[in-house]
Amino acid sequence: MSYVPHTKEDKTEMLKAIGASSIEDLFKDIPKALRAKSFDLSQGMSEFEVTEHLKRLAAKNAISLVNFVGAGFYDHFIPAAVDAITSRSEFYTAYTPYQPECSQGWLQAIYEYQTIICELTGLDVSNASLYDGGTALYEAAMMAIRATGRNKIIVDSGVNLIYRTMLYSYTSNLSIEFVEIPVIHGQSSRDELIRNLDDKTAAVILQNPNFFGAVDDHSDIVGRVHKFGALAIASVYPVSLGILKSPGEMGFDIATGEGQSLGIPLSFGGPYLGFISARKELVRQMPGRIVGATVDMDGKRGFVLTLQTREQHIRREKATSNICSNEALCALRAAVFVALLGRDGLKELAENNYRNAEFAKDVLSKVPGVEVKRSSPTFNEFTLRLPRSADEVVRKMIDKGFASGFPLGKFYNGMDNYLLVAVTEKRTKEEIKKFADSLEAVL
Amino acid sequence: MKLLFEKHKEGRRNFLCSKTCAPQVKPLDAKYRRAKDTLLPSLSELEVVRHYTNLSRLNYSVDTNFYPLGSCTMKYNPKFTERVASLDGFAAVHPLLPQLSGGGVLTQGSLEVLYEAERLLSEITGMEAFTMQPMAGAHGELTGVMLIAAYHKDRGSRRKFVIVPDSSHGTNPASAAIAGYQVVVIPTGKDGYMDLEEYKKKLSDETAAVMLTCPDTLGIFNPHIKEIADLAHKAGALVYYDGANLNAMLGKARPGDLGFDVVHINLHKTFGTPHGGGGPGAGPVGVGPKLVEYLPISRVVRRNDGTYALDYQARKTIGYIAPFYGNFGVILKAYAYMLRLGKEGLIEAAEMAVLNANYVRAKLKSRYDLPYDKNCMHECVFSAARQAKNGVHALDIAKYLIDKGYHPPTIYFPLIVKEAIMIEPTETETKETLDEFIEVMIGIADLAEKDPASVKAAPLHMPVKRLDETKAAREPNLRWRP
Repeated sequence: MSYVPHTKEDKTEMLKAIGASSIEDLFKDIPKALRAKSFDLSQGMSEFEVTEHLKRLAAKNAISLVNFVGAGFYDHFIPAAVDAITSRSEFYTAYTPYQPECSQGWLQAIYEYQTIICELTGLDVSNASLYDGGTALYEAAMMAIRATGRNKIIVDSGVNLIYRTMLYSYTSNLSIEFVEIPVIHGQSSRDELIRNLDDKTAAVILQNPNFFGAVDDHSDIVGRVHKFGALAIASVYPVSLGILKSPGEMGFDIATGEGQSLGIPLSFGGPYLGFISARKELVRQMPGRIVGATVDMDGKRGFVLTLQTREQHIRREKATSNICSNEALCALRAAVFVALLGRDGLKELAENNYRNAEFAKDVLSKVPGVEVKRSSPTFNEFTLRLPRSADEVVRKMIDKGFASGFPLGKFYNGMDNYLLVAVTEKRTKEEIKKFADSLEAVL
Repeated sequence: MKLLFEKHKEGRRNFLCSKTCAPQVKPLDAKYRRAKDTLLPSLSELEVVRHYTNLSRLNYSVDTNFYPLGSCTMKYNPKFTERVASLDGFAAVHPLLPQLSGGGVLTQGSLEVLYEAERLLSEITGMEAFTMQPMAGAHGELTGVMLIAAYHKDRGSRRKFVIVPDSSHGTNPASAAIAGYQVVVIPTGKDGYMDLEEYKKKLSDETAAVMLTCPDTLGIFNPHIKEIADLAHKAGALVYYDGANLNAMLGKARPGDLGFDVVHINLHKTFGTPHGGGGPGAGPVGVGPKLVEYLPISRVVRRNDGTYALDYQARKTIGYIAPFYGNFGVILKAYAYMLRLGKEGLIEAAEMAVLNANYVRAKLKSRYDLPYDKNCMHECVFSAARQAKNGVHALDIAKYLIDKGYHPPTIYFPLIVKEAIMIEPTETETKETLDEFIEVMIGIADLAEKDPASVKAAPLHMPVKRLDETKAAREPNLRWRP
C-alpha cells in the first residue's frame, strides 16, 4: 500500500524501455551479500486506521491543564489565518527557492520576514531562519569568533540553561574558552562581567528578559564590551519586543532568539524557529540562506537567494555554517502572525502579557507563604519563592488542573523552593485567581 | 507584487489582538521600553490573507508542478499527516511537561510516538538506536560527526581528518569542519566510483571518519561500499552514512548491514514530510553499538510496565544538540507515513522511485550526455555539455523548463559534473507525467541545435524574467526600508 500510481502495464512498458527484465533487475548493482538482512515491519494500514491510532495516542497527552509553564517556550494564541495561509500547499510542498522565477512568492515572503526580524530587533540584516533559539545562539557565537579572531566567550547565566548547554555541546571539540557570570538578585552581575572582559574576548552573551523573566537595559554593558573590541550578542523573546527596548537600541551587534512565540504551536518542542539578525558589517559572517531584492532583465523588482558564497553548497568546508534545510515554514508562520497583528497589535499583545503577569504577581503575593521576587521588573514571567520544594508543589498542582510553572532548582543550585511562572495573554483573571487559590490549598 | 510594508496605512488596525479585560496595572518603566516604534505594517486581516494567498500562487510546488529536484526527493506529501500533526493533543503540548515532577504521565502519547518512530527507523536502517533530535539533515551530520569525535576522544585518540568523496553534498565537509576536523577529499574515478587507490593512500591512523552517500550523489550504488567501510574500520576510523538518498534503498540494503557506524536520515525526503519552502525537516541519527553511549540526551525509554520516560543518565553523552526531542511535528508525520505504507509500501516506494529514474535515464540518454552511463538508483545525472557547445547551458535548460511548467532538476550539483542536470522523479509521479517531461526535454535538445537563442531567452511567461544575481550580491538589499 503506497502512493505510487503505476499500473501493471506502466511497469511492463517502462521496463521494456529501460531494457530490464524485471524490477529486481534494476537493483542488480547491489551485490547479494550486501542485501538487507532484515526488514521486519508491519503491513501497511489504511488512512483511517493510522488516523485513529494517532488520535488515541494524542488522547494520552494531557492538554487540559491550564498552562503557566514558559521557560523560553510560551503558550500564545495563534490566529486561524496563520494556519490557513501556511496550509496552502503552494507554500508547504515547495522547497528552498533555488530557482527564483518560479519561487517569487517564497522569496518575497522571506524578504519580508527578514525585514520583520530586523524591525523587531532593531538591527540591519537577518536570514531565512535557523533551527531554533539554541542553534541560533551557537551560530551567533561562531560569527563573533570569526569576526574578531578571538576565542573567549562570556555568557551570562541568565541565558536559558538549555541554550548554554547546547552552546557547550556544539563547541566541545573547538578551543573556545567560556566564562559564566553568575546572576545576582535576578540580574546580570555587571561588576563580575566587566572584570572578565579582556582583549581575548570575542563576545558577551546576554538574554533579555533573562531566564528569571527579569527585564534589563543592557546599554551600559554593551558600551563596555565594545571598548574591548568584543561583540555583544542578545538572546531575546520576540513577543516582548512589542514593548521592550530592542537589542539594536541597546547597541547589540547580533540578536538571536526562539521564534516559537510568533504563531508557532508548542508541539512538544518542535518544529520551532531560530532567528538571527546583525549589524550590516557582519553580513558576510551570517549563516544560512539570505534573500535579497534585485531587478529582472526588464528592470522589474524581484527576489533571489544571495551572498551564497558563504554557504556550504559552494564553499563546502570553508562555509560559515553547515546549515542547508532551515525552518522556512515556521518563519512564514511568524511573518504572517506579525503581519496580522500589525504595528499596534504586537505592542498591544506585549502589553497584555505584561499586564496579566503584573496582575498575577499581585494576586499571588497575597497567598500566605508565597513571596513574589520583585528585585527587577519583569515581562510576562516571574519568580516565586515558596515555603517548600517547588517540585512538590508542581506535582500537587497537576492534580488541581494546573501546569503551574518551572521549578528553578532543576537549573540552578540552591533554588529548590523557587518557581518560575509564565502568564501569557491567554490566561484569564479567573484562571489566575483560581491558580492562586489552588496554590494556597496545596501549600 | 507590493510588499506588506508598502501596503501599510496609518490608523488602520486589525482587531485580532484587542482584549477588553486586560488588567490595569502600574506600567513598565520607560527606561526598559522601546523608544522608537517599529515600522511593521498595519493591515486588515483580509489584506494580509490576500497578500499571502497571492504570493503562494507565484510558487511552484509538488502539489502544483512536477518537481524533479535531484537529491531532494520531492515526493507527494500525504495530506492526512498534516491533519494528524495539527491535533491539539499533539500540537498544544508544552515540551517541559514530561520534565516536571509528576509530569511523566502527561505526555505518554508523544513519548510513544518518539519511541516507536525510533524503533521503526532502527529496523529500516539496521542500526542499534536513534536520536530523533537533529532538526535537519545537516544538523544530523553535525551530530554524527560529534558522536564520532566523542568516540575517539574516549579512546584517547587525536584523529584529525575526515575523508569525503568529491561527489559529496557540501554539508558533509562543512559539518566535519565545524565539528573541528580537517577535510580530505577523494576524487571520483572514471567509473563513477570513489577512487579506491587514492582512498587507500589517504586513509591513515589519523583518519577519524569516512563520510559516504549511498547510493551516491550520481545516483549510483557503489559495489565497493563494504570494502571501503572495512578498510576504514581496519584503520580505526568510523564510517558515516549520509541518508539523503535512502529512498532508493528501502528494504533492499541497510546501512547497518553494510558496516556503517552512524547514519542520518532526512525524514522530509524519504518519509514524505513536506519541505516547507526550505524546512522544517528532521534528520534523526542512527548509530551502531559502538556509539550508543554517546547519543545526545534525553533518550526516550520504555519501562517494563509499558510506559515511557525520558532518560538523562548517559554518562558519556555528547550533551544537548536540540532544546528538546527534535522536530516532533515532523517526526509525527513521518511516523504516520511509515505506518501507512508498512513493509510492502516502503519497498514499493523504493522500487518505483528507481523505475521512474531509470525510465527517464533510458529515454533521454540519446539526447543528453550521461557522464556515468550506468544503471541508476533513485536519480540520474545528465550533463548539458553537448548543448553547451551551442551556448545552451544547464541553467538555460532549467529556465526553459520553468516556462513549460516544470520545476527544474538540480543544476548546481554535483560539482564534479559540468553542466549537471540531476533528475529525481520520485515514485509518486505517473508515467504520463514523465512522458510529457521527457518530450519537453527532447524538445529543448532539438531547440539547442536549431534555435539556441529561444532557449536562452526563457523564461518569458513567469512573474519575472531572469534576475540580476550579480547586482543582488554586489549591492545587497536584504530588507525593506522606507
